[in-house]
Amino acid sequence: MDYNLMREFADSWGLLAMALFFIGCIAFALRPGSRGLADEAARIPLEED
Amino acid sequence: MKFGTEIALLSLFAFAALVAAGFGVDETFRQHMWVLFFTVAGFTVILMRNTEFKPAAPIDPTAYMDGPVRYGAIATMFWGVVGMLVGVVIALQLAYPDLNIQPWFNFGRLRPLHTSGVVFAFGGNALLCTSLYVVQRTCRARLFGGDLAWFVFWGYQLFIVMAATGYLLGITESREYAEPEWYVDIWLTIVWVAYLVLFLGTILKRKEPHIYVANWFYLSFIVTIAMLHVVNNLSMPASFLGSKSYSAFSGVQDALTQWWYGHNAVGFFLTAGFLGMMYYFVPKQANRPVYSYRLSVIHFWAIIFLYIWAGPHHLHYTALPDWAQTLGMAFSIMLWMPSWGGMINGVMTLSGAWDKLRTDPIIRMMLMAVAFYGMSTFEGPMMSIKTVNSLSHYTDWTIGHVHSGALGWVGMISFGAIYYMVPKLWNRDRLYSLRLVTWHFWLATLGIVVYAAVMWVSGIMQGLMWREYDEQGFLVYSFAETVAAMHPYYVMRAIGGAMYLSGALIMAWNVAMTIRGYQRKEQPLPGSVPALQPGE
Repeated sequence: MDYNLMREFADSWGLLAMALFFIGCIAFALRPGSRGLADEAARIPLEED
Repeated sequence: MKFGTEIALLSLFAFAALVAAGFGVDETFRQHMWVLFFTVAGFTVILMRNTEFKPAAPIDPTAYMDGPVRYGAIATMFWGVVGMLVGVVIALQLAYPDLNIQPWFNFGRLRPLHTSGVVFAFGGNALLCTSLYVVQRTCRARLFGGDLAWFVFWGYQLFIVMAATGYLLGITESREYAEPEWYVDIWLTIVWVAYLVLFLGTILKRKEPHIYVANWFYLSFIVTIAMLHVVNNLSMPASFLGSKSYSAFSGVQDALTQWWYGHNAVGFFLTAGFLGMMYYFVPKQANRPVYSYRLSVIHFWAIIFLYIWAGPHHLHYTALPDWAQTLGMAFSIMLWMPSWGGMINGVMTLSGAWDKLRTDPIIRMMLMAVAFYGMSTFEGPMMSIKTVNSLSHYTDWTIGHVHSGALGWVGMISFGAIYYMVPKLWNRDRLYSLRLVTWHFWLATLGIVVYAAVMWVSGIMQGLMWREYDEQGFLVYSFAETVAAMHPYYVMRAIGGAMYLSGALIMAWNVAMTIRGYQRKEQPLPGSVPALQPGE
């Protein structure tokens, strides 16, 4: 486990995994049908005091 | 017996400090342990004087635990005024070096006192109390862990006292924004883990199925700061009874670790935490849901994924490998998108209620905070571009940039949140005075404008003077000449800071009078009550 091995992992599979996770998060937030749930969630602070 | 265990443990703690004060291997460590001893012993005496032997009243498990939030709001105001006052003092020290009082109050020791005072003491207490306020109300659950919240609050104040007195005694790790030495770092780690347990425990026992986005931001702030703090402070004490330690890293690795910490302290302490504040208090004060909840979720993940890589831009043109510098720059530029997405989300929350900007000075304050968030997150990526950075780095421009973010964004959103919370926490109908809020708003805004504009001019002037060569290739100005040229700007900067400080003093007065239950008799602000219409 030397520097080069970690570096190689970081700029290949590590980068890919993080990019996919990030895109997945955005896709999940924008998935069809999420608007209603999001609007509901947005009202949480306003429901009480 | 009330406080029984606490008194016993604190007595032992005070005794340990006394032993360390006796056996410490260096003078400053012994002095610091005396400070610890008197602080803890004094606190123990206060608890003893407040102890009771009658059985404690039962606690209503459905009611919110607002005691630590109230204390936190007061601590925020107190440390805010102290930290800003020290800021004005060091600004004057730069303009008039005779004001350096050796050895305890020279610039080198007061400067970390100012930065830690405003970032960790003022900002930290603001985050602590608002996060505990918000998490209970958006989870509809009482704080987890009984008196854990009190431990977190008082433990954090002890950290502040130890850090601040350590700086004045000359104890420092010389790591920017992470100056406290190893034993204070260990104490903060304990407190911070307790804070994480407290916050996470409250989220886990929530009655609201969805975790509101403000809590995501607060949680990311707590988790990331824990990670940054532990890694950046990995060090070996020279003695377990001494105030000196050596970093686990050396050379450029140490520098990069420090700026990975330093920049993410900006990203997660001064940005993510305060965005949590924005996503709760702006909708509450405007009485409208956030403009786009889905945008806030994307804002969150983009900040998480991008911020952590931006640190190397603090090390442009150093021994750091070129690829790492370029990586830091590229990620800093990408941060433009989530920052502006978040700013637009905050501003547009007011869409359809723009009149509130005219009638409600608290909303105006919050909106100015969000506007400064947008401005400083525009300026920051621009300054991270290597060619711009070659002019701006090490100059006052950086200081101006930091203050437009810290005074404009962090300060103003905290002020807005405290103005919102205080009447609610103490069951008052309204603040003591809304007109004083207006005064505070204008003093603070104009103070920042003076401060930032002056630092732009002096910073760019300084950078241009440093790089001015004559036709034979010699530097035109000596360093001392560039310092002398900045004197008028240093004086103006101190004036801008003093305006901001006077706004904070007005706020402290307003908050204190609100807590004591007074309401100032004053003309309502124009537009805040519906104008009477003549009958037809």
